[in-house]
Amino acid sequence: MRIIRQREIVDDGWVHVATDEALPSSGDVIVPLARWQSEREELLARTTGRLGVRLPNDRPLAEIAADLPRLALVAIEFPKYRDGRGMSLARLLRQRHGFRGEIRAVGNVLRDQMAYLERCGFDAYELTPGKSLESALLAFDEIAVTYQGAIEPRSVSRLRGSAG
Amino acid sequence: MYRYDDDDKRLVRERAEQFRGQVERRIAGEITEEEFKPLRLQNGLYLQLHAYMLRIAIPYGLFSSGQMRQLAHIARTWDRGYGHFTTRQNIQFNWSKLDEVPDILDALAEVEMHAIQTSGNCIRNITTDHLGGVARDELEDPRPWCELTRQWSTFHPEFAHLPRKFKIAFTATPGLDRAAIKLHDIGVRLVQSADGDPGFEIWVGGGMGRTPIIGACIREFLPRRHLLSYLEAILRVYNLNGRRDNIFRARIKILVSSLGIERFRELVEEEWAASREDAMEFRDDEIARMQSFFAPPAYPAAGSSDELLLSYRQAEDLEFARFARNNVVLHKQPGYSAVVLSLKSFDAPAGDLSDTQMDSIANLADRFGFGEIRATHNQDLVLPDVRTSDLPELWRELQTLDVATANAGRLTDLICCPGLDFCNLANARSLPLAQEIRQRFDDLDYLDDLGPLSLKISGCINACGHHHVGNIGILGIDKKGEEFYQLMLGGSADDDASLGRVLGPAFSRDVIVGAVDRVLQTYLGLRESDDETFIEAYRRVGEAPFRDALYGQVLYANHPPA
Ligand code: SF4
Repeated sequence: MRIIRQREIVDDGWVHVATDEALPSSGDVIVPLARWQSEREELLARTTGRLGVRLPNDRPLAEIAADLPRLALVAIEFPKYRDGRGMSLARLLRQRHGFRGEIRAVGNVLRDQMAYLERCGFDAYELTPGKSLESALLAFDEIAVTYQGAIEPRSVSRLRGSAG
Repeated sequence: MYRYDDDDKRLVRERAEQFRGQVERRIAGEITEEEFKPLRLQNGLYLQLHAYMLRIAIPYGLFSSGQMRQLAHIARTWDRGYGHFTTRQNIQFNWSKLDEVPDILDALAEVEMHAIQTSGNCIRNITTDHLGGVARDELEDPRPWCELTRQWSTFHPEFAHLPRKFKIAFTATPGLDRAAIKLHDIGVRLVQSADGDPGFEIWVGGGMGRTPIIGACIREFLPRRHLLSYLEAILRVYNLNGRRDNIFRARIKILVSSLGIERFRELVEEEWAASREDAMEFRDDEIARMQSFFAPPAYPAAGSSDELLLSYRQAEDLEFARFARNNVVLHKQPGYSAVVLSLKSFDAPAGDLSDTQMDSIANLADRFGFGEIRATHNQDLVLPDVRTSDLPELWRELQTLDVATANAGRLTDLICCPGLDFCNLANARSLPLAQEIRQRFDDLDYLDDLGPLSLKISGCINACGHHHVGNIGILGIDKKGEEFYQLMLGGSADDDASLGRVLGPAFSRDVIVGAVDRVLQTYLGLRESDDETFIEAYRRVGEAPFRDALYGQVLYANHPPA
């Protein structure tokens, strides 16, 4: 599957494994939060492949905070494009919890929210099927001026950093 | 006023360009209407009954003569020759064409204006006291804080898709509130601590709409350098916890009232303690830099006492005297006055102004001031820096423009939403009713006798006409396909904010104006003195005498209330 990561279109090696699907013995997998919570030990016992968790956007980060060092990826769900909870979650993951792995937007992800998402700490995007990734790439630079820090806080008056 | 630097200019140009691309992709079918809707809304573009309506931001109601001329140009070129000033200190054009909107945005960008976040579920235009910077009773000019907050909220990435719209208002006058901060999602009052340190008192969870609620004080004193981090903490708690399953329960007021202010405060303070970053604090020099944009102009000396204005108020020309009493406000600077231009003449809908009126007012703002104009919550305009000795001349000019009606703060200075004539949510027409009220009560002596009185009309329960906080509020409802009007009394948007109450069944269109008249007569009959205002009298005697007057048997023998 092609996704956008770090502002590039790439072939993604991660596999989403649903709650009732058999776990592949190797490779990078993203499991739903519920499965992570119920099969934590089995998942951690895998010897090859990295782990990612798919977080519904109405769950508090406290549910995965202690496990973040073991996770290489957190996927945050956007049930609707207009549902902005994921933006706060990503910002908290980066700023409050210092998470350095991939934060991926999944679900109803569209071009016109990606510049916002990036500034909140997302670095990977699975676009809604049928949408052009090439077109979406153009969205990051549409507005170069930012008035406020997001994951790098700054006061409004000292802002003008990222223009140009 | 604030002037754009290169970054600000670049931002509004890029925004216009971005929206042009979004419109092109919509027209080409690359995005669905459902996907496009939040995009156009974040740019102030609504689909109304007949056409697109474009709402343009006038940040905290302050704009220049040059900007006014550009609005006139837009009205002429892309609309039907007029614009409509709103209760949120913005301006709307009712007849926009989708494919022309990017050109309008370009024209706005040329004069440092935009339509960013004037609708949609995001932080909306920041509003404040229309007398900010010239009011004699203010502690400090609130506008530098409004501009800092405007910049912080513009394209804030975390808060672009909130559960619902979000409105922030500032006021700076102790014990008085011309910005209705307790009826906003967040209200900020500039205050001083007991030690004289400058800071803010923060209110949260107020609002009108279907469920009107007066906000609660969440923090009595916030040192001023922390303003933005504290606002972020409130917004984050709301963004993560506000309801998204029901559009009518999604405003922050519902979250605050369901948790209770104590619990909500705990959550915010906890979030703030964890997230507040030194990097977000204002340094004093940054505050001073922003304040320098709003420094008072170099007023040429113009006498030093208020006597001239006081004598105008007793002038032999009774009409001019009335104008000087009702529409002219004492100014911070001796020898100067702030003048209210009434957009409530007898003919045009409240808040409407034609392109030629706009051009002329722009010229007057240059001639009788420093090129500044204010838009008020009451859908009027203010020329803030008029030499008092120029008032007679200005008044004559305003008369020729039909914006000199001496009714500021009077019954006919009413506000009214667009209603069924434009709005696809409306239950009833509001504009023709407002018109009839203005025509029925056109005797200015009578209006003066009634004294300060607010009348507010909404065409449906969404309350865009703020009927809950009118001393007299009127709400259009639908009864089996017929337009009816509920009458409510006792609302106030001032510092002692209160919500009006419905006293009985709604009135049909042909008797509602008579019912208003009956309320007024009742007030005149029971007030203790000429100085006791309507709201004071109502609060003293309660609703009973008014209910009796409205719903007694005799009055409606022939027209029973529905
Ligand atoms: S109050 Fe109702 S009718 Fe009036 S503008 Fe708002 S939504 Fe439309």
